Amino acid sequence: MNGVPILSLMLLVPLVGAVACLMAGREQARVIALAATLVDLVLGAFLWSHYQIGGPQWQFQEHAAIFAGFEWKLGIDGIALLLIALTVFLMPICIGASWNAIEKRAGEYYANFLIMETLMIGVFTAQDLFLFYIMFEAGLIPMYLIIGIWGGADRIYASYKFFLYTLLGSVLMLIAMMWMVNEAGTSDIPTLMAYSFPVKAQTWLWLAFFASFAVKMPMWPTHTWLPDAHVQAPTAGSVILAGVLLKMGGYGFIRFSLPMFPEASAQFAPLIYGLSMAAVVITSLIALVQHDMKKLIAYSSVAHMAIVTVGLFAFNRQGLEGSMIVMLSHGIVSGALFLAVGVIYDRLHTREIDRYGGLAINMPAYALFFMLFTMASVGLPGTSGFVGEFLSLMGIYAQSSWVALVCTTGIILGAAYMLYLYRRVVFGVQKNADAAAMPDLDAREWAMMIPLAVAVLWMGVYPETFLAPMRKDIAGLEARLAQARPKGDADVQIAAISPAAATHEHGDAMEHGAQVHGPEAAHGEAR
Amino acid sequence: MELLRSLAITGTEEVLSISGLILLLAAGWGGDKASRAISIAAVAVLTVCAVLTVPALCHAAMGPGVSAWNGQFSGDAFAAFGKLLIYASAAVTLIIAPAFFERENAMRAEFPLLVLLAAMGMGMMVSATDTLALYIGLELNSLAAYVMASFLRSDERSAEAGLKYFVLGSLASGILLYGISLIYGFTGSTSFAGIHGALAGPLFMGATFGIVFVLAGLAFKVSAAPFHMWTPDVYEGAPTPVSTFFATAPKVAALALLMRVSLFAFGSQPGAWQQIVIFVALLSIVIGALGAIGQDNIKRLLAYSSINNVGFMLIGLACANQAGAAAMLVYLAIYVAMSVAGFVAVLMLRDADGAPVESIAAMAGLSKTRPALAWAIGAVMFSLAGIPPLFGFWGKFMVFQAAVQAGLLTLAAIGIAASVIGAFYYIKVVKVMFFDEAADVVTGQSDLAQRVLLFVSVVAISPLGWLINKPLGELAGRAAAALFHIA
Repeated sequence: MNGVPILSLMLLVPLVGAVACLMAGREQARVIALAATLVDLVLGAFLWSHYQIGGPQWQFQEHAAIFAGFEWKLGIDGIALLLIALTVFLMPICIGASWNAIEKRAGEYYANFLIMETLMIGVFTAQDLFLFYIMFEAGLIPMYLIIGIWGGADRIYASYKFFLYTLLGSVLMLIAMMWMVNEAGTSDIPTLMAYSFPVKAQTWLWLAFFASFAVKMPMWPTHTWLPDAHVQAPTAGSVILAGVLLKMGGYGFIRFSLPMFPEASAQFAPLIYGLSMAAVVITSLIALVQHDMKKLIAYSSVAHMAIVTVGLFAFNRQGLEGSMIVMLSHGIVSGALFLAVGVIYDRLHTREIDRYGGLAINMPAYALFFMLFTMASVGLPGTSGFVGEFLSLMGIYAQSSWVALVCTTGIILGAAYMLYLYRRVVFGVQKNADAAAMPDLDAREWAMMIPLAVAVLWMGVYPETFLAPMRKDIAGLEARLAQARPKGDADVQIAAISPAAATHEHGDAMEHGAQVHGPEAAHGEAR
Repeated sequence: MELLRSLAITGTEEVLSISGLILLLAAGWGGDKASRAISIAAVAVLTVCAVLTVPALCHAAMGPGVSAWNGQFSGDAFAAFGKLLIYASAAVTLIIAPAFFERENAMRAEFPLLVLLAAMGMGMMVSATDTLALYIGLELNSLAAYVMASFLRSDERSAEAGLKYFVLGSLASGILLYGISLIYGFTGSTSFAGIHGALAGPLFMGATFGIVFVLAGLAFKVSAAPFHMWTPDVYEGAPTPVSTFFATAPKVAALALLMRVSLFAFGSQPGAWQQIVIFVALLSIVIGALGAIGQDNIKRLLAYSSINNVGFMLIGLACANQAGAAAMLVYLAIYVAMSVAGFVAVLMLRDADGAPVESIAAMAGLSKTRPALAWAIGAVMFSLAGIPPLFGFWGKFMVFQAAVQAGLLTLAAIGIAASVIGAFYYIKVVKVMFFDEAADVVTGQSDLAQRVLLFVSVVAISPLGWLINKPLGELAGRAAAALFHIA
């Protein structure tokens, strides 16, 4: 295990596949792409199975001094492991979703997707600040091409907006990174995570990083590129955009903003809360009035990402773990929802909600899966959505009950728009003959839906699988943040229990009992 | 002894001038029919000169040991770095030119000679350590360049380009000369070392004026805003191989000269010129970016792009330190590769009759008709925009890092934010090629030499370029160290 540079291998496989795809025709290209992503999936599974839970913080480290100015340095902790797992899990599904839908210029299409995969894994594995930046920024090019070439009618506007928004966000981060490296004398991420930057400088650095991550995340009010990009991107593009690309913003906060600038994070927490509250309420309301299915799901993504940000800036373990689980869950669920939209879009070539109706009659299996993913998006106990949202909101409740109150309305509004969407598409009378004549899922679609459904239920019923690898890293982060944690308005009840026991039991109760005794656990906490 | 030593140090200039004269005789004898043979010979001469230059760079030559002709001329590593880029650019021009001019029936035997003489002038520019040597080199290069710009005599645009370049170039030379005379008047010296010493201490108002005039004249030569107006017209009007030349070799020479003058001759008074450089840099970035947005001719667009890129390079100069100079040199090397790739690609855009295509609209849907060419141009565009993982990013990275290390945070922040404006027009070109329906204009074939050059230069700016970033950085570091070596 030690001898094999497995992370480099995971980066290399899709890259080689991409080059091969460029030269191949449509039929071969999709087979190559599927093979490459499946190989990466296997490597990812290997990675997870050999990851030592509770072992050293950074594992699978690789280092090669082949560049000047920065280093080829890879390594993962539990947080990165989970996000890599999400990436390699979603990628074969994306290729599957494109199997028949992409007819023109398929070679270039699959090549772009495979390059995306390389860059996404690169972002999560990079241990050098500038290597991270290169991977982070390079993702713009393939995504720009994916939206622009294979997108819908308004694709050019959407691709410009995506490119320029994210570029403007990240260039300032580059300047901040240069300053940090100059100050700390190293571009090694683990070292920087423990470095104490002067508090005054942290403010500026935090803002520069925030500019980048807030756009990527996206946070209200910089989210407007997302609905455009989603609506115009092909199905697989939307899946990868919602599933993994948005998580780079959250990963950025958890890897850089919080551990590197804890004081500034505390200082700006009210800003995050304000933007997140606005996002939850406003984008949920906007989602309620959408006529386009993809746009609706895109707005719901913004609302879910706002739950992630409040959880991250709750400065406690529940909040951080909850945010990670929301990110994973949202990656799978929103990916699945876009896929569900894609399934019917492939048949009728419209995303207009009113053109559908009564699909439960002619597409029962589809209706079942769509129901599961809708419920997971709403956050029904037993599905992945519940665990993360519950933990995040618990976390923020300990910090600010008002923020928790406002953000919780997001759950109610989420239920409203998702169920409303589901009712209009799946239930009711079959208004349109062509929609009524659509066939149910075929074998390929079953093959894509089943893994997603299993993942959603697994994460909902036994989240420990996903919490275990990152527990130690989150605990480390919590300890790092402890010195800076702003005083919350709801810490009265925690004083009743001895602090050491509280943190320990707290986490355990949550992780094991959440899905079964969710409300009771909450009560127990309050008492 | 001293004479022999000086002759040895100026070896490449002697090779260039003697072989230039011999080839001139050959041209007189053979006429235009011999132009291809003369071009090949000229490329060979440039190769020999490049080989002669390499040792100075590898051995990090610097100091009085490599100073020739009583301090007029320096054969140090810095000059060697610039010369290698200049010779390479000149050779590229010579390789791509014959095919282009032969189609117009305008290939003349003088062309390779003009390139050789310009290369010699530029070699003197980067080696000059005296204002007089500087001026002779600059004029030798400029006179050759004016003729080259109007080389397509029958083409109105080419004649216009040559005239504009000549009139405005002469004006700039005049301004430069005036500045030099002021500097001489207030310091009593024409040598850089003498000026460096004399400027130390309190600064005379007259000397400040001299510095400003010298910088203004040189800003014209590097086509930095607000002295950039000639650039789009000249790049558009000049024959494409000549535009390739203008975008590369003279830019390297003028920037290297500007570096030597600012950092060495005026090096004892960085405060006097730093503000000017910062202003010019930011203005160039913004004007280069905004001006390019409305362009529909790809050559004009590349001209604005060169203004934009010069702005970024000047950020390295504004640092006024060795790291900034090294960053500039790295950027310059990458910029040469990007420009060569860009202009060679433009040269390969031909319609069914083989006539050059220059409008951006005609490139629509190029990715369907000529995918390899479209990907190459796409790589050039993203690289010029400085988007990683393309190697163009590294140049920007280096200069911005130097600026941050020098404490010029505001400059770096504004400059990098303005680079987003530039990204807009670069991705517009990509959009036209990749997203639009095919216009089917570009159907002509390109020759092997162009394809090889395009391939080599695109590989250099592709992510594979990262493999050379370590040696490139080391060489640039040595060159910059030579610049800061005060004897």
